[in-house]
Amino acid sequence: MSDIAERVKKIVVEHLGVEAAQVKEDAKFIDDLGADSLDTVELVMAFEEEFAIEIPDDAAEKIQTVGDAIGFITSNAKS
Amino acid sequence: MFDLNGKTALVTGASGGIGGAIARALHRQGATVTLSGTRAEALDQLKVSLGERAHVVAARMDDAADIDRLAKEAEAAMGKLDILVNNAGITRDNISMRMKDEEWEKVLQVNLTGTFRLTRAVMRGMMKRRFGRVVSITSIVGVTGNPGQANYAAAKAGLIGMSKSLAQELASRGITVNCVAPGFIATPMTDGLTDDQKKGILARVPADRLGTPDEIAAGVVYLASEEAAYVTGQTLHINGGMAMI
Repeated sequence: MSDIAERVKKIVVEHLGVEAAQVKEDAKFIDDLGADSLDTVELVMAFEEEFAIEIPDDAAEKIQTVGDAIGFITSNAKS
Repeated sequence: MFDLNGKTALVTGASGGIGGAIARALHRQGATVTLSGTRAEALDQLKVSLGERAHVVAARMDDAADIDRLAKEAEAAMGKLDILVNNAGITRDNISMRMKDEEWEKVLQVNLTGTFRLTRAVMRGMMKRRFGRVVSITSIVGVTGNPGQANYAAAKAGLIGMSKSLAQELASRGITVNCVAPGFIATPMTDGLTDDQKKGILARVPADRLGTPDEIAAGVVYLASEEAAYVTGQTLHINGGMAMI
């Protein structure tokens, strides 16, 4: 679990160019971390690749915070 | 200039006059090309004449599953996709009073919806690599209109609006989205016109001749190049001065 959280946070830091300290679980990608709508698509793509999962569009729309991403991946990841 | 070595391109409608010229021009600049269309035999002939760096993936643009397959197979064959040329298109001409729903829908489906689906399907890879060139072949009639072509003109105008929207969505990712709008071009399609019809057309063309497929292909090569990185959301009109807009 914590491993998934760490990997998710690392991707967010790398992709959005934000400080690790900002990437809290309740941080919203768009409102708090300065992502635009394309960034959110790219983050989902990066999560899919990192965790070898598929995130369907309707699930992706609900992933708005770092915690949402960790939660979805934790319940869907195989590894 | 306009070196495309190391670049990969997918050209739809490559069995046609303009599509074939575009594929040959991109290939001549060094690109690896995947030729798509519905006439497998013509595509295979073109592939043979190009020699190396050429692939064929036949597909129907009115079939959503086939379009997704085309995107996947083209990327698999070439390893990545840098340049998409949406050239496939059909006509079902009729004056509007007589135009059937099927004629309207078929043209919109192939020329506009199919183009959108294919572009959407290849966007992901382009976004990841921060590079992409999408060039859609629209038409002068998409801007000026043409009697008997309400369906075709609507689809071609639609491509221009679609491209401008995609251009704004994707510009920050190094992806440009443009259109080339041919006027009257000498192809097997225009060979079928009578001399009187041709005379009528040329009366409206200051250059006093039909254009050639190579003249359209040159515009596509430019928009596909690294040099055109700052050109997006535009329509390049290649029409001998027939309409100046």
